[in-house]
Amino acid sequence: MDLSFIAQEIINGISLGALYALIAVGYTMVYGVIRLINFAHGDIMMVGCFIAYFLLLKLKLPWPLALILSAILTGFVGVLVDRIAYKPLRDRGAARIINLITAVGVSFFLESLFVVVLGGVPRAFPVPDIFNKEFCIGNVYISMATIATIIIGLICVSILFYIVYKTKIGMAMRAISVDFETTKLMGVNVDRIISFTFFLGSALAAISGFMWAIQFPSIDPYMGIIPGVKAFVAAVFGGIGSVIGAVVGGLIIGILEIFIVGFLPDLAQYRDALIFLILIFTLLVKPTGLFGEKLEEKV
Amino acid sequence: MAEKEILLNVENLHVYYGVIHAVKGVSFKVPKGSIITIIGANGAGKTSTLKAIMNLVKQKKGKVIYNGEDISKKGTHEIVARGLTLVPEGRHVFPNLTVLENLLLGAYLRNDKEIKKDLEFVYYLFPRLKERKHQKAGTLSGGEQQMLAIGRALMSRPDCIMMDEPSLGLAPIIVKQIFDIILKLREEGKTILLVEQNAFQALKISDYAYVMETGKIVLEGKAKDLLNDERVKEAYLG
Ligand SMILES: Nc1ncnc2c1ncn2[C@@H]1O[C@H](COP(=O)(O)OP(=O)(O)OP(=O)(O)O)[C@@H](O)[C@H]1O
Ligand SMILES: [Mg+2]
Repeated sequence: MDLSFIAQEIINGISLGALYALIAVGYTMVYGVIRLINFAHGDIMMVGCFIAYFLLLKLKLPWPLALILSAILTGFVGVLVDRIAYKPLRDRGAARIINLITAVGVSFFLESLFVVVLGGVPRAFPVPDIFNKEFCIGNVYISMATIATIIIGLICVSILFYIVYKTKIGMAMRAISVDFETTKLMGVNVDRIISFTFFLGSALAAISGFMWAIQFPSIDPYMGIIPGVKAFVAAVFGGIGSVIGAVVGGLIIGILEIFIVGFLPDLAQYRDALIFLILIFTLLVKPTGLFGEKLEEKV
Repeated sequence: MAEKEILLNVENLHVYYGVIHAVKGVSFKVPKGSIITIIGANGAGKTSTLKAIMNLVKQKKGKVIYNGEDISKKGTHEIVARGLTLVPEGRHVFPNLTVLENLLLGAYLRNDKEIKKDLEFVYYLFPRLKERKHQKAGTLSGGEQQMLAIGRALMSRPDCIMMDEPSLGLAPIIVKQIFDIILKLREEGKTILLVEQNAFQALKISDYAYVMETGKIVLEGKAKDLLNDERVKEAYLG
């Protein structure tokens, strides 16, 4: 096994891992503030993809603008989902299982809505030319899409860490995650913080969706399910509620998946099943995950 | 006390937890610049009363007037913005945030230039907090956490501070410190509503007091009169 092959696999793994990480932080942040596993989060990524699709194809926007705009619009979709589906339950103090079932319902709803409106046939994502460029260092091939994914992923995670750990609003998010009531006593408008959390998580999912689509340019209303579920595994593996955990978990799951396919080609067809094994294993051995200590920051 | 301006006026307050009727028509007044105490046994409904004033309970009825304005339908953050705050029972500092972050969160609604100055004031009141400002609040001792909870409440620049059992579970020397601070805050012009099981110490520093039993106010009067009241002596001063 030669070195350039390993380097190739690592780069591909990091790139896939970055995609999972950006989705996983959305799961973990929403869980942190309202203790809800938002099963519709993968579908939010799909919504982001379709928004970017129309912005690129119909409005002919340059890709950076389409990326940013789709993130913002998807952010608002996330806020809307919370306001319509979850907030009314929260205000009534509904049991957690009811919230969970609602999240599954929202997931089905979004998928069905897109099937009804746009049809279920996969569409070709209009990948901007720049991303198809390939570089070759020795025997390692890197596409511009991979490089962009890693760089943009890094920028997003840096901005996220800055918000969560260095700003007032991030402080409020970390406070809500441990003590909802006392956070209100600090004068924090918790509804606004929750909306902001949904916005941020959904926007990052949209960015992940965009990067996903430039690497796997076929999009359909069910495309969010598998990445969504794997990102969920990543979030649990990293320690649900921990932002750092979600990022690390995402990277590990991404690298692992590529390694399974690359080094154990016989097992390649079981890659999804193997990822689920990680979930089961985590829940059995250390349900709090890598970074989810009891007193760890749960955002 | 009638001459003094009433800062907080609670009228016929009720709190329910499903079928439990925890507070059954409580009324009391807190004049500006005074220290008012509510004493009562476990489960009397003191905490529920304070939470209802801050609008932290779901089912409640009755009127709460603060500074001449009906705040009974306002959100908790809007009430804090008006200068009323609560130091909750059991301190409830944010264990995952540093001491400094806890204090800054107390100033969440403020954007003015004087936050630093108020931070220094809190450090002056509680030098222990300054030494530990970069430490996670979860690692503080019980007494230090109580100091932090009070300091954090001060950071919002409240006019009226409600404190729910600030002396609970603390060593006598710390309890004395806390009561000294309460007196100091009153000198600073703050109005204080105190809920205490430590009836003797609380009554000693208070102007006026109420006794609560099973959701109702059963007795009220000047604090020094209550200190000598036979019923109070028997039930709360042991
Ligand atoms: N969240 C809740 N759900 C149901 N019942 C509650 C809840 N909170 C308080 N109660 C009940 O309401 C009553 C009053 O409780 P509350 O905490 O207000 O009393 P308290 O006077 O503060 O007591 P303590 O001195 O022990 O703090 C009690 O009977 C209590 O069991
Ligand atoms: Mg109480």
